[in-house]
Amino acid sequence: MLAAVAAALMGLAIVFAFFVAPEDADQGISQRIFYFHVPIALTAYAAFGWGAFKGLLLLWRKEERYDLESYVAIHQGTIFGSLTLLTGSIWAKASWGHWWLWSENQLVLFLVLFLFYSAYFMLRFSIEEGPRRANISAVYALFGVVLIPVSFLAIRLAENIIHPTVFTRDGPQMSGIMFLTFCIAWVAMSVLAYALYRLELLGKRLDSNLRELREALS
Amino acid sequence: MSQAEYVAAAYGVVFVALLVYVAIIAAKLARLERETAALAELARDRRADV
Repeated sequence: MLAAVAAALMGLAIVFAFFVAPEDADQGISQRIFYFHVPIALTAYAAFGWGAFKGLLLLWRKEERYDLESYVAIHQGTIFGSLTLLTGSIWAKASWGHWWLWSENQLVLFLVLFLFYSAYFMLRFSIEEGPRRANISAVYALFGVVLIPVSFLAIRLAENIIHPTVFTRDGPQMSGIMFLTFCIAWVAMSVLAYALYRLELLGKRLDSNLRELREALS
Repeated sequence: MSQAEYVAAAYGVVFVALLVYVAIIAAKLARLERETAALAELARDRRADV
């Protein structure tokens, strides 16, 4: 059901992005990447935040299930993070003529956040399975959450930027229909990410239960 | 590359990545289904032995 809603919303988002939203006067057709690039980036932030929250719950309540939930959320965040970097690079090449600019704080800080959470997997799988691994992974996930607001606000803190600032204190700097398209794409991406999170979690829990069953029967 | 090709590339990357992700999850669920069936058979054999 959730997957069907996600698929329908994604279809609607694509229709709005390509056929309903008007073409941007400055950037032309390449601006249409915005409708997927920004929701994907926001979903990555949300997934990393959710993973850190689940890590906090693990440390607080000492319930084993939060470890798997935190891990799956961070895995989702890394997938959406890599898609943010890829779509962002393509958009940068189309708009600025460069695949990547090291002088842009927004880009570099997002890369730092992405690499930080990529290292989470190296740390996690270098420790033997058990409460120790769960606790260390949770603490690491919590440390990373500090980078999320820094990365998010970097665009406003930077002085020399060419990365566009669309959302300012005066509201979204785009027409009503463009903002509606963005909102539809954002909801679609969030529902899709949640559906994938549930699916991956289901698979991991099944795998874990089957492993226990196998050990009990052997 | 034209601007339209860059847009197609960006959306294509997202589509392919999601497709690969779903295919990996589907393959994993299929493996788990096979393992569940094998364990159920093992449990039935055990019950028959008892």
